[in-house]
Amino acid sequence: MARIDELLKGDIITAKIPEGPLAEKWTNYKAHQKLVNPANKRRLDIIVVGTGLAGASAAASLGELGFHVLNFCIQDSPRRAHSIAAQGGINAAKNYQNDGDSVYRLFYDTIKGGDYRAREANVYRLAEVSNSIIDQCVAQGVPFAREYGGLLDNRSFGGAQVSRTFYAKGQTGQQLLLGAYSALSRQIHKGTVKMYTRYEMVDLVIIEGRARGIIARNLITGELERFAAHAVVIGTGGYGNTFFLSTNAMASNGSAALQAYRKGAWFANPCFAQIHPTCIPVHGTFQSKLTLMSESLRNDGRIWVPKKKEDAEAIRAGKKKPTDIPDEDRDFYLERRYPAFGNLVPRDVASRAAKERCDAGFGVNATGLAVYLDFKYAIERLGRDVVEARYGNLFQMYEKIVDENPYETPMMIFPAIHYTMGGIWVDYELQTSIQGLFCIGEANFSDHGANRLGASALMQGLADGYFVLPYTIQNYLADQIQVPRFSTDRPEFAEAEKAVNDKIDRLMKIQGSRSVDSIHRELGLVMWEFVGMGRTAEGLKTALEKIKEIRKTFWSEVYIPGRRNDLNVELEKALRLADFIEIGELMARDALLREESCGGHFREEYQTPEGEALRQDDKFSYVSCWQYEGEGKEPKLLKEPLDYEFVVRQTRNYKA
Amino acid sequence: MDKTINIKLKVWRQAGPKAKGAFETYELNNISTDSSFLEMLDVLNEKLISEHKEPVAFDHDCREGICGMCSLYINGHPHGPDSGVTTCQLHMRKFHDGETITIEPWRSHAFPVIKDLMVDRRAYDKIMQAGGYISVNTGGMPDANAIPIAKKAADEAMDAASCIGCGACAAACKNGSAMLFVAAKVSQFALLPQGKVEAARRVKAMLGKMDELGFGNCTNTGACAAECPKNVSLSNIARLNREFICAKLKD
Repeated sequence: MARIDELLKGDIITAKIPEGPLAEKWTNYKAHQKLVNPANKRRLDIIVVGTGLAGASAAASLGELGFHVLNFCIQDSPRRAHSIAAQGGINAAKNYQNDGDSVYRLFYDTIKGGDYRAREANVYRLAEVSNSIIDQCVAQGVPFAREYGGLLDNRSFGGAQVSRTFYAKGQTGQQLLLGAYSALSRQIHKGTVKMYTRYEMVDLVIIEGRARGIIARNLITGELERFAAHAVVIGTGGYGNTFFLSTNAMASNGSAALQAYRKGAWFANPCFAQIHPTCIPVHGTFQSKLTLMSESLRNDGRIWVPKKKEDAEAIRAGKKKPTDIPDEDRDFYLERRYPAFGNLVPRDVASRAAKERCDAGFGVNATGLAVYLDFKYAIERLGRDVVEARYGNLFQMYEKIVDENPYETPMMIFPAIHYTMGGIWVDYELQTSIQGLFCIGEANFSDHGANRLGASALMQGLADGYFVLPYTIQNYLADQIQVPRFSTDRPEFAEAEKAVNDKIDRLMKIQGSRSVDSIHRELGLVMWEFVGMGRTAEGLKTALEKIKEIRKTFWSEVYIPGRRNDLNVELEKALRLADFIEIGELMARDALLREESCGGHFREEYQTPEGEALRQDDKFSYVSCWQYEGEGKEPKLLKEPLDYEFVVRQTRNYKA
Repeated sequence: MDKTINIKLKVWRQAGPKAKGAFETYELNNISTDSSFLEMLDVLNEKLISEHKEPVAFDHDCREGICGMCSLYINGHPHGPDSGVTTCQLHMRKFHDGETITIEPWRSHAFPVIKDLMVDRRAYDKIMQAGGYISVNTGGMPDANAIPIAKKAADEAMDAASCIGCGACAAACKNGSAMLFVAAKVSQFALLPQGKVEAARRVKAMLGKMDELGFGNCTNTGACAAECPKNVSLSNIARLNREFICAKLKD
């Protein structure tokens, strides 16, 4: 428990933030941290779970340094991690556009965008390394968009008044991930990284208080296997699929994070989930996932609903088309409410504004749960060719799904769960409250506060993997060079494996009548209704009750066909759903605790007369960290105070 | 809106890599034409589960057409009859009421079946590991704008780089060749100054690995590009051949 003693003073957490002025903290840290010499690196094993931007970049960089890396992913290839689906771009403070950008401004925008619920020192470091990411990616051959002069192009994203977003068509995540995957492939070829595809981490192994290995399930044979290492890194993404319908990939899950939580890692700010304003609306009960339309579309698209209720009603009934509504009868509600940022307000603000209009009866689509994103004006201003060059692939994707041509009729969009800012708590070194367990990318909680700005997820994933973890993990490993490799025959591995075996047996024996998906859908509906865009104390209490019932249903009525020691997709889904139920409860509990509105967390009781989020800085300027206390017991709340030393907290204002 | 169709499915079922496979026939009614092909398979699986039968195993993940995880030969075409889409973006409105739809796994010697419609595509990873990268370590890079790159070259590199590694090209090819996949990566790097430095080494290593893994050779039938869900152009193969000849001449 030395680690906990180091971090906790009473119930108050310290994050080991280096001394000194904001701009010098990271430099000072690097100057004084411990390093591992090249000959010793070979003797140290590091497990990296996940091959998204964070996991792949970390595994590749650690391999390059000479560590021996074991890298795991659940897909058939590391290149398929869900980072690949990120569309719009990646932020960096290059100021290539000469429009007033700087490291400080990127830092400030991120802190403000996160509604003052992120840690200053981490965010500053993120902004600081952002420029190196772009340099790195260009050197790897990432084909970013360029101007005719041959230099890099930029676009604008929500929550910023500068153009600092680098992009590769509408496939930026894909290109960055393929860059990291290439670097990873090179290390696999060299033998520094051993890759395990179609393996899923099912538990964390702790030896003498330190993370020393994992139990993983071979998804093809169904066998459990043991892996030991000197340190474990989790980069398994977010838990947005708790909502069943989200923009996450089908297999994205929060299980690795929850396993860490059960073994003592604190879960921070679980209620901070991002609802993305521009997704294709839900179309039927058979729907399996929601598709995002890049935020970059808000650069040139204008968002509106009809001004007159009778028009909205006529559209819903199929009697009128959006193109029948003249300009003067269109309510460009974002431009109306937020003249300074207009259609480029941050995601949380745009999502709530859409919900407000739909709740007021102005929504479109047969369901009334959609607003328009219109390119008519951009086509008039720029010509169809320019719009096609910028967004062609997104328009094509929309047309394939919805069967409507967005060049001729406005797109319909609606908010959907997209990203989770909350996650495993980490200190400045990205180390969790378990010694030797690190957490990177979306899986940790660190940089985005209560709301993430567009194009910042890619930045954070790669910052953690390329430029932060490869330094900070050495500070931990430096005194581990005398520790010999652990045998997986140790009792700690046997115990962890037995616990997983028992859990799988218990699941397989239920043989009830409900499919995993049917229960997951039920959980998703509860989450969306009560823990979604608008939350109330009463609703959250209802959610907690309903989640309890869902847990009971799951553990008594789920049906899993097939055998456990075989490729068994239903069993995989069941194991993940068991964890989503726990995460859902944790989200509701955290949302109930946080009696304020900030960023993506909107408690209806706390809003300004204009309907904007109302923070309660005097009471909730802290990171809420939940410590697992055992099955069926209430977790313990610990707090990391957010003292703003360098930035003055203000009410976010995107109006002027 | 909300049109539904009734369909008959002929699905390849195979318990494991060495098991003997066979087609099973299933009937599905009231499938919404707004649903995606994979959502239709979800409906089938829910039905099978409710009858306490084993669901059909198939690969899928992002369901946005970008991860490259989904596969399937549908009515004789990789990713089905629609052009420029992956199976996850194929919608049931492309099929008609009463149609029989045949669903098979990738047909390729280099992609053996794992179970039902799932195949092992690690061969593509191995080709990438042989040379699909620019050999730079993390850190110490020149400024991203230090080397201007002509927009045309950057755009062409991007088009080549849009390959999702799904395997449709090799599955479509009568020779089982992975040329389009290799060509896409070789072209992306050959078009960029950063990639030129080790271009010769790369093209030889990747092609060598492709041969070693049992992929066939290219006879320019063009089936790969015709079936590619990302419309990766055949001209990349011409560039690959040019790169290869230049590399060999230098030897």
